[in-house]
Amino acid sequence: MPRKLPSLTPDSLAFWQGGAEGRLMIQRCQRCRSWFHPPTPFCRQCESLDVGPEPVGGRGRVCTFTINHQRWTPDLEVPFVVAIVELDEQPGLRFLSNIVGCPVDEVTIGMPVQVRFEQQEDVWIPLFEKVAS
Amino acid sequence: MTERLYEKNVAITGIGQSEVRRPSSKSAMRLTLDASLQAIADAGLQRSDIDGICCWPGDNHNGDPFSPVGPHALKTVLGLNVNWFGGGYEGPGPLTGMINGAMAIAAGLCKHVLVFRTITEATARQTSKTASALTNKTQGRDSSYSWKWYTPFNVMSAINFMALYTQRHFHEYGTTSEQLGQIPVTCRANAALNPNAIYREPMSLDDYLASRIISTPLRLLDCDVHCDASTAIVLSRADCAKDGPNPPIRIEAIGSALGQPWSWDQLSLTEMATADVGRMLWNRTDLKPKDVQQAQLYDGFSILTLMWLEGLGLCPRGEGGRFIEGGTRIAREGVLPINTNGGQLSGGRTHGLGYVHEACTQLWGRAGERQLKPHQVAITAAGGGPLGGSLLLVKE
Repeated sequence: MPRKLPSLTPDSLAFWQGGAEGRLMIQRCQRCRSWFHPPTPFCRQCESLDVGPEPVGGRGRVCTFTINHQRWTPDLEVPFVVAIVELDEQPGLRFLSNIVGCPVDEVTIGMPVQVRFEQQEDVWIPLFEKVAS
Repeated sequence: MTERLYEKNVAITGIGQSEVRRPSSKSAMRLTLDASLQAIADAGLQRSDIDGICCWPGDNHNGDPFSPVGPHALKTVLGLNVNWFGGGYEGPGPLTGMINGAMAIAAGLCKHVLVFRTITEATARQTSKTASALTNKTQGRDSSYSWKWYTPFNVMSAINFMALYTQRHFHEYGTTSEQLGQIPVTCRANAALNPNAIYREPMSLDDYLASRIISTPLRLLDCDVHCDASTAIVLSRADCAKDGPNPPIRIEAIGSALGQPWSWDQLSLTEMATADVGRMLWNRTDLKPKDVQQAQLYDGFSILTLMWLEGLGLCPRGEGGRFIEGGTRIAREGVLPINTNGGQLSGGRTHGLGYVHEACTQLWGRAGERQLKPHQVAITAAGGGPLGGSLLLVKE
C-alpha cells in the first residue's frame, strides 16, 4: 500500500525507526516515568526536559476505528481500517494507526492488538494486528 | 460578574453574503466584495468608517481555494485605512475572525471591524475532485505539526477522524445512524426554504441511509457540500453600534477555550473541543442554555452538530442522539431550531461565518419563508476536532 512518509526529526526519529529492531519506541519522562505521544522534548505532567524514547510491549486495544471506503488517491487500496489504539502501558497513551491482517469487518472496539512494522525507505510504520486476548 | 468581559463591548451591526454556488462564475475577490460591501451598507456605514479588517484563516500566501482571499488583499482592493488587520489559521476554529475582531475593538484599536470568510472549493473541484477533500496538502515528506502523525496511515481527510469520533460516540452512548441522519434531513428541509442554498430538493431519512459509506459509520450525506461563497460581518464598538439602522446584536459571550492537546487523536473522542468551549462561554454570561432560541451549529460533518449540542449544554452529554431522534426538537417549529438556512450540509460550506450570518438574519426577522417566530437569543459554534469556538448572541 502506498503511504505518505513523515519527515524525521530528532524528537520523532525513534518512533519511526524503532521498528528496524522490532521495537515500538514511545517517549517517556525520565523523572515522573509517564509515557506520552506524540514525542516532544517536554513532559507536560511534571515539566521535565529529561525525556526520551523507551520500548513498550507493543500490545494495546482498539479505542475506536473506522473502515475507510473512499479512494483518496488513485493508488489507494480500499477498504482499509483506521484505528486509534491505546497501549497497555498507560491509560490514554494512544495513537492513530491501521489495523491489518484480518478482514475489515472483524475489527471491534476493545479488540486486543499487537504492533507489527511495515518498512518504507527509512521509516518503519507501526501497524497493528488482531491477537487473542 | 460579567461587567468587564471584552465581548460585552462589541455588537454585530451589519451582515452580507455573496451568492452561494457550486460553482460560481465570479472571482473569489468579487464574491468577497459582494459580501463586504453589502455588510458595510447594512450596518449603515461608509467604507471610510471601517478601521479594522480580519478573517480566518487568511490566504497563507498560497491562493488555496480553502481561503483564497486574506485581509492583505481585501484591505488593498477596498482601499481601507485601518488601524488593525489580521488573519492566520492558528486559533479557535472558523469563528476566530469574529473573536479576534471583537478583541481588537475591546482593546481600543478599532470602532468598526470587517470580518469576512471566502471559500472557492467548488471551483477547485472542477480541476480535481479530491482537491477540496484532502485536509493535508503537503507535497513530499510530511512535516506538518499534526498531520504527519496521520498521513503515513493514509488518513488524508478530516472525515476519518469524524468517523472515529462517531464510532466511539455510538459505542459509549448507543447513538445510531438513524438518529444522526436527522441532522442532514433537518438541514435539507431548511434549505428548501432558502433561495441561496445549494441542495433544496426533498431528502428523507431513507435517502440518507441509502447514501454510500465514505468512512464507517459516516456516509456521503454526512458531509457538507463544497461551494463558492463569501460571507462578511461588521463588528462595532457597542457605543458606536446604536446609530445604525439595525438593532445591535450583542456578543453576549465567547467560548474559545482548549484544555486538551491541539491534536486530532489525543483529545476527547466524544466531545473534541466542544465542552471546553461550552464551559468558558457559559462562565461569561448569566444566560443559561435553556435561554437559547436558535442554534447554528457547525455541520462540516453531521456528527459535529450533535457534539456541539452536547458540548454547549443544549442537551445532556451523551444524549445528543436521543435529543435529535425523530427531528422534531431541532426543526424550525421545535424547541431548538438548528441550522435554519440548511447549514453547510445542504446550504453550502461557507465555513463558519455562514452560521453567524444566519443567526443574525433570523434575529433581525429577514429570513423570509424560513423565518422563526420573533426571538432574542442565538448561539453559533464552529469547528471540529481541536478547532472550536462559539458565540452567544443577543439582539437588543
